[in-house]
Amino acid sequence: MTTPATTPRIKAKQRLGDRIFSSTALTAGTLILAVLAAVAAFLLVESVPALTEDPEEIDILAGQPFWAYVAPLVFGTIWSAALALLMAVPVSIGIALFISHYAPRKLAAGLGYIIDLLAAVPSVVFGLWGANVLAPAVQPFYSWLTENLGWIPLFAPPASGTGRTILTAAIVLAVMVLPIITALTREVFLQTPVLHEEAALALGATRWEMIRTAVLPFGRPGIISASMLGLGRALGETMAVAMVLSASGGITFALLTSSNPGTIAANIALRFPEAFGLNTNLLIATGLILFAITLVVNMIARWIIGRRKEFSGAN
Amino acid sequence: MNITRNAKRWGSLAAIAIAGSVVLSSCAANEPNADNTDSESTLSGTLVGGGASSQQTAQEAWVAAFQDMHPEVTVEYDPTGSGTGRDNFIAGANWFTGSDRAFDNEELAEDNFAGCVPGTPIIEIPAYISPIAIIFNLEGVDTLNLDAATIARIFKGEITQWNDEAIASQNPDVELPATPITAVHRSDESGTTENFADYLAAAAPEVWTAEVSGDWAWEGGEAAQGTSGVVDTVSGGEGTIGYADASRAGDLGTVAVKVGEEYVDYSAEAAAAIVDASPMVEGREDVDLAIELDRTSTAEGVYPIVLVSYLIACSEYEDAERAELVKPYLEYVISDEGQAVAAEAAGIAPISVDLYERAQAAVEQIS
Amino acid sequence: MSQATTTDRSVPNTYASGLLGKRVPWYVLGAALVISAVSFLLIGQAGDEASFNIVGVVLLTAVLYMAGIFVTSLLIEGRRKATDRLVTALVGTAFTIALLPLISLIFTVLTNGTARFDLEFFTYSMRSIVGAGGGIVHALVGTLLMTLTAAIISVPVGLLAAIYLVEYGRGNIARAITFFVDVMTGIPSIVAGLFAYSVFAIFFGPGIKLGIAGAIALSVIMIPIVVRSCEDMLKLVPNELREASYALGVPKWLTITKVVLPTSIAGIMTGVTLAIARVVGETAPLLIAAGFTNNLNYNLFDGRMQSLPVMVYSQYVSQGTDPQAYIDRAWAGALTLILIVMALNLVARLIAKYFAPKTGR
Repeated sequence: MTTPATTPRIKAKQRLGDRIFSSTALTAGTLILAVLAAVAAFLLVESVPALTEDPEEIDILAGQPFWAYVAPLVFGTIWSAALALLMAVPVSIGIALFISHYAPRKLAAGLGYIIDLLAAVPSVVFGLWGANVLAPAVQPFYSWLTENLGWIPLFAPPASGTGRTILTAAIVLAVMVLPIITALTREVFLQTPVLHEEAALALGATRWEMIRTAVLPFGRPGIISASMLGLGRALGETMAVAMVLSASGGITFALLTSSNPGTIAANIALRFPEAFGLNTNLLIATGLILFAITLVVNMIARWIIGRRKEFSGAN
Repeated sequence: MNITRNAKRWGSLAAIAIAGSVVLSSCAANEPNADNTDSESTLSGTLVGGGASSQQTAQEAWVAAFQDMHPEVTVEYDPTGSGTGRDNFIAGANWFTGSDRAFDNEELAEDNFAGCVPGTPIIEIPAYISPIAIIFNLEGVDTLNLDAATIARIFKGEITQWNDEAIASQNPDVELPATPITAVHRSDESGTTENFADYLAAAAPEVWTAEVSGDWAWEGGEAAQGTSGVVDTVSGGEGTIGYADASRAGDLGTVAVKVGEEYVDYSAEAAAAIVDASPMVEGREDVDLAIELDRTSTAEGVYPIVLVSYLIACSEYEDAERAELVKPYLEYVISDEGQAVAAEAAGIAPISVDLYERAQAAVEQIS
Repeated sequence: MSQATTTDRSVPNTYASGLLGKRVPWYVLGAALVISAVSFLLIGQAGDEASFNIVGVVLLTAVLYMAGIFVTSLLIEGRRKATDRLVTALVGTAFTIALLPLISLIFTVLTNGTARFDLEFFTYSMRSIVGAGGGIVHALVGTLLMTLTAAIISVPVGLLAAIYLVEYGRGNIARAITFFVDVMTGIPSIVAGLFAYSVFAIFFGPGIKLGIAGAIALSVIMIPIVVRSCEDMLKLVPNELREASYALGVPKWLTITKVVLPTSIAGIMTGVTLAIARVVGETAPLLIAAGFTNNLNYNLFDGRMQSLPVMVYSQYVSQGTDPQAYIDRAWAGALTLILIVMALNLVARLIAKYFAPKTGR
């Protein structure tokens, strides 16, 4: 990406129109910073009562302290997103390679568009699909896993009777973040210096060896940051999880049982319409935690991308 | 500049075209029209209410029928949830509210209902009685007899097999398979959960030790979203059991609950009977029909797992216009016709004749 | 995956060992398909599952093909080629796996959505509707009003911010804006909804649900997307154009409005359309900020406002005594929503194609 689109520094005559225009643009820019700050500030203000008031006053907590209530949700959020990522990243890299290095040139753009279609499907539709199509379809497989591989803690029985487990939710999440990760990694793979690729091929490398020695090392930071962005998206996904997951609390690593930890975002969506008084503040407080988590994840991702930009700029 | 202008014009034209086409088509066929005044009704205006989302379907039915009778009237029922509904009623924003519980004595003592004349009583009518059925899906079994303690232990996850001694001893005639039990509960906060838990806490206090709330109290079990989620989950699995509005039980097996020495299957009459069998809250005005729901009643033919939801209004409004709309609306709601409409749409149990007469007397007072 | 060592001496000579014919992979694929189809048919007849599992067949075919091509190639072509073919198969499988949910999803939405995809569905609201019937007019109006308002808020802000970043921005502020715009794209949509709700709750009391709150939530999501796409488009404008303009003595702001923007307008509009497509399907923020209702509401500043995604959700979640009517409405709504989003994507691509600047690059 070429950045230096700025004009050379020539002292030009300052005109009124220039001054108005540039300050409007600056205002718009700073407004964005202000909005982000406002998001944090308003969430903070609204969540303070939930943290300071007596937990007994808040129905949803049912007598537990705030952190005991939040801990399983935080765990479920991270656990489901991590599972989703575990499935989505290898597949995404595969798709990105397929589009960038395997598919015929003429087909590549069209195939990319097909994958982008997945990103166009709204999350409620994913929710409907996950709950009504995917969950019943994978349930027999889950039963088989618990019966035959139940000794692995991840597959501990009893299997859910409906298939609406955290693994199903993670599959739906994986499908949802797939286009995001694919789009970014594809871009990075396409940027691989052609000379490196040709050099590898000229030395007699097979296509896979060329990719392994030239494309993947070049694309690694891109893959990492794309995965982080996908992670951020999976952490915050709401409706699909709310509609698919059978969340009944508790921290557990078992993938196939019917009691799964909930996620922060889905929990808010399920409770908010009925919440009132301090309960609302409590839910906003959990939202603040989600905001903080995604903020950190995204900052790390952007930091990695930014570092790479400088690196490749020197190239 | 020309290109910019053109492009912008092009964009806004497109937007206007889209907006226009939707707006044109959006004089929705069922929305009120000015020329639709062939009714004898003289009422007009917008009646603002809100509250319990459990009442939503019934309110929609009532609103639909009421608006048919009075085409100039729009009734807004905002399903904000009971708590917000009561807050809005106190603040005077809701003219009437649907609430899963009556106001308690403290709230009444404060007497700061902004919309009502100070010092006048509040009208509370338990006009929404919805039986909650315990539904299960077990091959070859249509009905089971269970007492409260067994139900509580099943839903807590302490009984895990259908052929458990506790179930078998109450159902000597039924051949129970060794299928594992999957107990299904609501994943969202709901009045159904609250009333179900309230029943178990009252009838089996030694087992059901959790605090009663709209959130499911125990870990484990299968969670499903909304009544439909629970029904789908129960009918989709084998050996599943759950609780849901009785109207949605369909072909699933239902549990007959032990009341006194009898096992009572749910029915609309049995559900309405619990309200009559329950004592009134003491120290209330005549128009305040708040009841102390007696879950442990041993009266004959009473089905104790019901969700009773109130319609709450002022007996004397600061603003007389409000009374003019609220009064006929509530009259309609408690009438035979209103109860029948809601029974069909939402599966509520129509209130008894006795309760109707008292409610009618209370609604008469609205001014 | 086993590493293919480039110094493997077990293959005497690549030329002598011969290569697989061009058609051989296809033969292996065909054999794998036949074997897996037959085995699934046999299982289907023997077991209780009568249905023919297409997904299972595809997956088994993929596994069999990978094993088959790897072994064949290993025997004839040697280890390095075999690994290469295996990876090719893996990469192709990855693409197929991604297609499965897409096909299944579109198939499901189409088959379930057409039941109520009729005239009444687009001419009725849900006011006074009990049980079957009713339509989505109120939801369409709400979606349109809230999305347009969000666009009206975010397009000027986003475009101006992008102009600042590209044309003026230097130093810490610009870097901070770039960084936080990127971070902002990752804000979960539900957090945006909570933010809009909080703002209005603080000023108007708790429990408030307004169309404008929904629009603000959407614009929080939309602004960073608009900034990013506009920024990229403005950067594509060749510097020579700007320099030529300056050389003629045109002030900078006029250069931007008369040269830079017209050149990039197609790209900007594409970006804006895609941003609209992205927020039009948002459910969670609208559920929280704008609530749901059965009535038509044209007023953003008074009362709840229904939107299409929220309607799909609420129809699915709160069903009455006739659940099928509600489920049918939910699926038909989902179909409408997908069609809208795809149409927007298509429009964006058409704009990009037909209104692209004719500048020599």
